[in-house]
Amino acid sequence: MNAPRLADLAVGDEVARATYPIQRADLVRYAGASGDVNPIHYNERFAREVGLPDVIAHGMFTMATAVRVVVDWCGDPGAVIDYGVRFTKPVVVSDAEGAQVEVVATVGAVDTDARTARIDLAATCAGVGVLGKARAVVRLG
Amino acid sequence: MGVNASFAGREYPPEGVYEVGREKIREFAEATSGGRPHPVHTDPEAARALGYPDVVAPPTFAVIVAQRSDARLVRDPGAGIDYSRVVHGEQRFAHHRPIVAGDRLVATLHVDGVRGAGGHSMVTTRSEIATEGGEAVCTATSTIVVRGPEAEDA
Repeated sequence: MNAPRLADLAVGDEVARATYPIQRADLVRYAGASGDVNPIHYNERFAREVGLPDVIAHGMFTMATAVRVVVDWCGDPGAVIDYGVRFTKPVVVSDAEGAQVEVVATVGAVDTDARTARIDLAATCAGVGVLGKARAVVRLG
Repeated sequence: MGVNASFAGREYPPEGVYEVGREKIREFAEATSGGRPHPVHTDPEAARALGYPDVVAPPTFAVIVAQRSDARLVRDPGAGIDYSRVVHGEQRFAHHRPIVAGDRLVATLHVDGVRGAGGHSMVTTRSEIATEGGEAVCTATSTIVVRGPEAEDA
């Protein structure tokens, strides 16, 4: 696949979208990889005891999942030079069904001097936005 | 007891080195890609073909270093942060250059702000992540929300 070119981008363009299924096992794997072993991310009893509806994904796992669409689009993970999000709603991951996170990436800004594009991400789970102000700045040729 | 607002402006100097390993990058990349990591995370040759000296860390890998850095504040008894009441509010990584295997990273922690909002406390921290030699690598900014005793709803 050819890498996207800055000159071809216009603010508002949708550049990519994807849906990512999440299972409990993904959260366990992320807990181990990241070192964040808070039991709300794998232990349903514990999650309910602290007032959550069920096990929830790590916010950082949701953040990492959302940027996959950008990396797949631009073809170079190292081209993501800035990435920030707000965690607005938890992604609830049930034992039976897991969860699905849908991500839509649109061009938020183009900086021809810096050779960068800001890609704005809309991430939803069951129709509800789970990230706010999710923005990745990507260096492009 | 709430979060100690006088901690705003505090700085924690680097404490220990985080050595970035190829297998840790692979593990993190697999865990954040549904098991299908980009080859620059796992194959040094593929990374070199894109101009990197070694395998490249995924965009949010720096959280490992940042959360260890933040832990110094969270565990500081004077800060008054009850970790069982902490929710992650915001996170940002500004990469000055990609993190690659072999990097030996240190982090300086800055407490940029402590403010109250609706019975909660919002604490913003910034970890300036650099190599041991002083080369700036990543600025990781995090806001945590510490739920107040009156706010039981998550």
